[in-house]
Amino acid sequence: MTDLTKLTIADARDLLKKGDITSRELTEAHIEAVEAADALNAYIAKTPEMALEMADKADAKIKAGEQTGMTGIPVGIKDLFATKGVHTQACSHILDGFKPEYESTVSQKLWDDGAVMLGKLNMDEFAMGSSNETSYYGPVKNPWRRGDTDTVPGGSSGGSVASVAGFAAMGATASDTGGSIRQPASFTGTFGFKPTYGRCSRYGMVAFASSLDQAGTITRTVRDGAIMMESIAGFDAKDSTSVDLPVPNFEAALTGDIRGMKIGIPQEYHLAGMPGEIEALWHQGIEWMKAAGAEIVDINLPHTKYALPTYYIVAPAEASSNLARYDGVRYGLRETVQGGGLVDMYEATRAAGFGDEVKRRIMIGTYVLSAGYYDAYYLKAQKVRQLIANDFKRAFEKVDAILTPTAPSAAFAPGEKSDDPIAMYLNDVFTVPASLAGLPGSSVPAGLDANGLPLGLQILGKPWDEETVFKVSGVMEEAANFTAKPAEWWR
Amino acid sequence: MSNYRIQGATGDWEVVLGLEVHAQVVSNAKLFSGASTEFGAEPNAQVSLVDAAMPGMLPTINAECIRQAVRTGLALGAQINKFSVFDRKNYFYADLPQGYQISQFKHPIVGEGTVTLDMGDGKTKDVGVERIHLEQDAGKSMHDQHPQLTYVDLNRSGVALMEIVSKPDMRSPEEAGAYLTKLRTILRYIGTCDGNMEQGSMRADVNVSVRKPGDPLGTRCEIKNVNSIRFVRQAIEYEAQRQVDILEEGGVIDQETRLFDPSKGETRSMRSKEEAHDYRYFPDPDLLPVEFDDAFIEAARESLPELPDDKKARFVEELGVSDYNASVLVGEKESCDYFEDLLSALAEKTGKPAQKLAAKASNWVMGDLFGALNKASKTVNESPVSAKQGADLLALVEDGTISGRIAKDVFEIMFETGKDAEVIVEEKGLKQVSDTGEIEKIIDEVIAANPAQLEQYRAGKDKLIGFFVGQVMKATGGKANPGMVNQLLKPKLDG
Repeated sequence: MTDLTKLTIADARDLLKKGDITSRELTEAHIEAVEAADALNAYIAKTPEMALEMADKADAKIKAGEQTGMTGIPVGIKDLFATKGVHTQACSHILDGFKPEYESTVSQKLWDDGAVMLGKLNMDEFAMGSSNETSYYGPVKNPWRRGDTDTVPGGSSGGSVASVAGFAAMGATASDTGGSIRQPASFTGTFGFKPTYGRCSRYGMVAFASSLDQAGTITRTVRDGAIMMESIAGFDAKDSTSVDLPVPNFEAALTGDIRGMKIGIPQEYHLAGMPGEIEALWHQGIEWMKAAGAEIVDINLPHTKYALPTYYIVAPAEASSNLARYDGVRYGLRETVQGGGLVDMYEATRAAGFGDEVKRRIMIGTYVLSAGYYDAYYLKAQKVRQLIANDFKRAFEKVDAILTPTAPSAAFAPGEKSDDPIAMYLNDVFTVPASLAGLPGSSVPAGLDANGLPLGLQILGKPWDEETVFKVSGVMEEAANFTAKPAEWWR
Repeated sequence: MSNYRIQGATGDWEVVLGLEVHAQVVSNAKLFSGASTEFGAEPNAQVSLVDAAMPGMLPTINAECIRQAVRTGLALGAQINKFSVFDRKNYFYADLPQGYQISQFKHPIVGEGTVTLDMGDGKTKDVGVERIHLEQDAGKSMHDQHPQLTYVDLNRSGVALMEIVSKPDMRSPEEAGAYLTKLRTILRYIGTCDGNMEQGSMRADVNVSVRKPGDPLGTRCEIKNVNSIRFVRQAIEYEAQRQVDILEEGGVIDQETRLFDPSKGETRSMRSKEEAHDYRYFPDPDLLPVEFDDAFIEAARESLPELPDDKKARFVEELGVSDYNASVLVGEKESCDYFEDLLSALAEKTGKPAQKLAAKASNWVMGDLFGALNKASKTVNESPVSAKQGADLLALVEDGTISGRIAKDVFEIMFETGKDAEVIVEEKGLKQVSDTGEIEKIIDEVIAANPAQLEQYRAGKDKLIGFFVGQVMKATGGKANPGMVNQLLKPKLDG
């Protein structure tokens, strides 16, 4: 065999089945790759011993004829997912030393299928960020560089995309609140998939904004995404917002046939000042869809321009409450003040434990929920959120899927936007509306910009119609024929 | 209307009272987790990952708690809201692990209802219930376990509470007490709260304001967490007087939260309106709205036992129990259960209809049984004589086996030994003599032994019949059937 880390999940699955490779071999190769990829800072905790143990179990499972899609496949887990006995801190200082006694449902489902854990992946602190620069464990580097210049991997799932794009994991769990799967996927030439809100259990996921948070996957191909999504999806009685629907065979949806399908193009996504390359790529995507036999339909999503401000009220409001539990009383960081009381401990702990971006969002969230402001901000935002959802609902009466750019730019350099929160927030301008509406969506690598950096196109579907998103993504992937690879400078 | 007034230099003051009662829901598990709710476990022994607010943990609604709230609403004749919402009430405290309490704010599960108070002499007063909502209890901070540190026990964290909010309809400490008493009785009857105020499973926040009769409502103060009915009355008396004193001196009442100190019998300020929390309520995004259908409500309704007011009416109207007896018996569920068990056992044993037995049985429970229990400082549940045993005793009286007087002696022995009435009657040979021949024989002996009295009787002093009855009873050790003695004695005396 050549380099096992270059295999797709689907290829590895077939080789494992045939007995050409073992999970142990595959895992050992990936443990080496993880070690070699330290320069990316994608992993903040490595679990090689666990990985080998799990690999051996997977090999036994395969031998026993009990292989499923993810059996024996080495993956990375975003630090947001609770993993029993292993570093789970959402990359925040305030959760210092926290190792839970429990496993998130999403990761448990992977282990039940025999997947192998390589370690925990870096992310923006509490998933708040679009460049992975807010992590307490330092920024993640994008395997793709702009010449000799580093770029950010996007965020918040920066470790997830960097590990997968950098061949240090075959797939990774990720989470999307306003674009945290799709935007980094676009920045790294990976396939990011966010299912319908309620498709995956949030049990054991460190909460950022409960009404938006949704688990998903980062893989190198659409097929791999379908295989991994099928493993992690499903109803969970422990999460009241998860929905009791059967999980379809996502891989079976990859028929390659979208003839007669109607693809919507939202006119409001033509942003003034958007780079020409993005417009051009979008146009190219439209042409690919047409060529594959789909019908292109112009649609309107009139409330799109309110999506970002709405998101930046709803998400911080929920976050301000979700993050109240980090108080130094029961776990994680505790800072005390000599002679001080409870309030002093709260203040010292939270001042030391949270980074600037997290503090900013807690303050925004606290403000918009305050007496006298609730109606003007939070309540109004909820109403606008409904209008945005209605926009999509109306559009989906006419079309089967929607095609847009994933992000308004390619990966940027570290520090370029970190001093300007608004510029940073604009990264999510195309992804946030679907998050507010709870829709399934993907980012498919579709091309390179002038600097040789990847660009993705976003495909959105109706609620619970992940199959169409996969189907269209598969056709897009084939048409785009994105074969570019980053130079492996980190090895 | 209550006549309770506080006399001030400027005239009479009326007290206006509203209560917020926190009643711990009787349920298998906490409101949003599977942890046990039993009282008295080791600190932090009944804490799930959800209760401790570990990262990534999610609440899931315990349907039993919803059902109990609906049952409570139905028992108070209240509106049941088929759509209700759980909100987060945000504030920081060491015994509030999530940093917010899950409660209901805009859309409570139960709307307006009524509690009817018995004000004595058959008088009643209706107190309006504004709403009932479900919420989580907090844990317990223990400040007395360590010189510098506070310990936190999370056993109570997440236990379901019903907050039952009254309208400001009460006008005296007695009415407030009667309201709490009645509410407690109802909750205990339907089994939605054990009403145990000492263990904190029922607590009251008392809103007190005063005004000149006819004036608009005054500024109120809220006295937090009062945990006995007696303290509620005391707190109101003190607080109302305090407010009157301030107003009479030309002062104004600051709207504030106060605490009642039972050892001093006074209230003191806890926090002012300015220090009040901004709870930043918003719908909990981890939970869906609570929705149920009419069938759920009907099933809850069918699960309700007979309610105290209905029961009392039935006792009086159908069973012929006195109004007073019925009120007392119904007031405590245990007493009532005892009475009803006794009555049905008695009816079965004697084959007589309950209506014929109820008045006597109620007198026995209220008199003999309660008297003995009181003397022994025991509750009904601790009674050494079970309802079945009591019924057996009364059945012996009913069928003439023993006299009512002997029954009192037998009961005393039963109460001491726990033995059955039949056994005692047998052992001590207390069976009533109802054999005509035997009684006649004794009568003859008594008449023969008292010729002087016989002569006086026959001379017209017919009251002496009592003397002869007494002598016959004495000769039989009280066992002679008094009715038969009377019946047989007269013709013999008359000659």
